[in-house]
Amino acid sequence: MTTSTKSVRGLGAAKSGTEHHINQRVSAIGLLFLVPWFLYSVAFAFNAGYEGASEWIVQPLNAILFILLACASLYHMRLGLSVVIEDYISKSGTRQTLLIVNTFAVVIMTVAIVLSVLKLWIGAGA
Amino acid sequence: MAGSGWTDKRPKSPHLQVWRWHATMYGSIFHRVTGVGLYGGAILITAWVVALAMGPEAYAIVETVVYSPFGHVVMFLWTAAVLYHLANGLRHLIWDGPQQGFTPSVASVWSLFNFAFALLAATIILSLASIASGS
Repeated sequence: MTTSTKSVRGLGAAKSGTEHHINQRVSAIGLLFLVPWFLYSVAFAFNAGYEGASEWIVQPLNAILFILLACASLYHMRLGLSVVIEDYISKSGTRQTLLIVNTFAVVIMTVAIVLSVLKLWIGAGA
Repeated sequence: MAGSGWTDKRPKSPHLQVWRWHATMYGSIFHRVTGVGLYGGAILITAWVVALAMGPEAYAIVETVVYSPFGHVVMFLWTAAVLYHLANGLRHLIWDGPQQGFTPSVASVWSLFNFAFALLAATIILSLASIASGS
């Protein structure tokens, strides 16, 4: 019933993870401030139709905070969902595929949001 | 473990089913459930801002979806999920930093408070939003 040392060496669970844990917390601290601002905006600025929404997003402070919110939350999301995938998907190929899809999805969303905000901002001549 | 299923034929020891369900278990599970749900929310917010950048025609499609009954339900669930994940996330930071709130009675009440806060605050925010927009 014994396992030879050479087959388990380096297979421990804790090769990494501290950095992941800390990054999750640091992005959470940022979101603690950005998310209430975003909810306030949803409540009082978003219901204003196309004109209202375009005017809202090209205000410098709103554009900056929205890009910061997008980057922080998408980063936080990628870290969080990778843990969920690692916890529940034990089949190696599926797990690796989903982890890659997770990364790609987050990068695509980040680029889409940043470019959209910049397009509106530059388009407004601000 | 990687790539392998459970190959041992002996019975597994019970874990989830032997515990009495209590508030902190729901609290923890819902933190993860809302986290995964908010991933979907982020896709919708991305679609919203991309549509805004594409122009009034694309934005009109988004508005049709948002103002439909289905859109209202999604909006409420999203707001409640954000508020729950935010409140419970703050609790995680308090666990990690000052290390407070571990006693069972405090943890239990705190879990219930987070659920109540999320539902109440989501209702209030969306009510104020509809009053402000006059719809």
